[in-house]
Amino acid sequence: MSDALAVEQVGHSYGRRRALEGVSFAIPQGGFTALLGPNGAGKSTLFSLITRLFDCREGRISLFGHDLGKSPGQALRQLGVVFQQPTLDLDLTVEQNLRYAADLHGLPSRIAKPRIERELARLELLPRRKDKARALNGGHRRRVEIARALIHDPRLLLLDEPTVGLDVPARKALITQVHSLCRQDGLAVLWATHLVDEIDIDHDRLVVLDKGKVWAEGSAQDVLAAAGCGLGELFSKLTEEGAAP
Amino acid sequence: MSWLICLKGIIWREMLRFYHQRSRLIGALVRPLMWLLVFATGFRAALGVAIAPPYDTYIPYAVYVLPGLVGMVQLFNAMQSSLSMVYDREMGSMRALLLSPLPRWYLIVCKLLAGVAVSIVQAYAFLGVAYLFGDDAPPAGYLSVLPALLLNGVMLGALGLLLSSLIRQLENFAGVMNFVVFPLFFLSTALYPIWKIQEGSEILAQICQFNPFTYGVEMIRFALYGQIDGLSVLVVSGAGALFLVAAVLGYSPSKGLTRLKAG
Repeated sequence: MSDALAVEQVGHSYGRRRALEGVSFAIPQGGFTALLGPNGAGKSTLFSLITRLFDCREGRISLFGHDLGKSPGQALRQLGVVFQQPTLDLDLTVEQNLRYAADLHGLPSRIAKPRIERELARLELLPRRKDKARALNGGHRRRVEIARALIHDPRLLLLDEPTVGLDVPARKALITQVHSLCRQDGLAVLWATHLVDEIDIDHDRLVVLDKGKVWAEGSAQDVLAAAGCGLGELFSKLTEEGAAP
Repeated sequence: MSWLICLKGIIWREMLRFYHQRSRLIGALVRPLMWLLVFATGFRAALGVAIAPPYDTYIPYAVYVLPGLVGMVQLFNAMQSSLSMVYDREMGSMRALLLSPLPRWYLIVCKLLAGVAVSIVQAYAFLGVAYLFGDDAPPAGYLSVLPALLLNGVMLGALGLLLSSLIRQLENFAGVMNFVVFPLFFLSTALYPIWKIQEGSEILAQICQFNPFTYGVEMIRFALYGQIDGLSVLVVSGAGALFLVAAVLGYSPSKGLTRLKAG
């Protein structure tokens, strides 16, 4: 069975500055993987490459066996994305935002309509369906973005620091919701974060990224056992100037 | 089928957005109406417009300037669409579009056609208001002008897309008005016939003849009178194709479209 996501020797530069260097890791099908790294680690650059906003010129990225460079359409069909920066159209209603996403994926109405209903119900957005996205608070907007990312039934969900700007209860609710999607639908999830308390040490897989390189990969328990320290201490080491675990 | 659904979705979203921004329609109408009702009235006595195709008699200045103002509506709409592309890119909402599994060139073409659809609605709204003020064209002209509006809209929309792919920040957009929109409009036959410009300056007349917007305006002018100006159709089609190819290249993933900061 091919991996949900395979990143092999991927590099990227902004002019002379190297943002990613020889990044390799794999995400298995189903299951929750946290991509942990401090600000500036290269997480958003990596997401831009995986979502093909940038061309991947060094290395190779494949989704469920589809090479992103050679068959981008097939690869992107497998992918749902929630970016760090909100991407909702604030002048459209919740329902219209979902319909627009369904259209962009070429879903005919007979398929799109029940899926919109399903996602609105699953993410507890039914009472807000006619509200403009502008009228929603941060937590609800994030839920709409997740609903939108799931409208085409992707098999891999990428979330780039989705809890930025949310208060603690909204953060917890969002993490619980995504974990439950993962369990119920067998969805593979890659959750980028710099917040260690968003990681479930007992169940999550972990990819540790810092200064554009992958420093560790595996189950959170194995990574911590190898590092010989707790998650908080590991992250502190990452954020210390010049230090790497 | 999925390609058509995607096109329909992008046009629907653009129309909905246009509907929500009612001030955009008002703005689009007020600008050319000021020219038509104030400028053209003032110049009616000063400017005599002799017989020249497609007109078969002497015409008042307001009749001459009407196609130019239709072109102006489309020109400003193209720049508005371009501005909203830059805004979408800065705000991040363009990423939702680019995550579609359909090819990027197709998404850009859909975006272009959506902008053209809005520009045609605006152009007809302007023609309708001008009609109410007594500045009309032959009745059949309102139908025969449609293909010309489509072609001119594609050329100007493609130019707008190209500009939006080159402009990195919203603040830089003011320069587009000074260095693109005004020269395109004023150095064309939108306000004066080419022979009139030639009387004043041979060089300006030469520049006007190299301006693709001149041919867009002439194409609309002839189409409003049920005629086809072959040269204009050729130039507008060629320029539109050129701008579109350049815009598609400008939005290629290899260009690093969203200019994200590393994070």
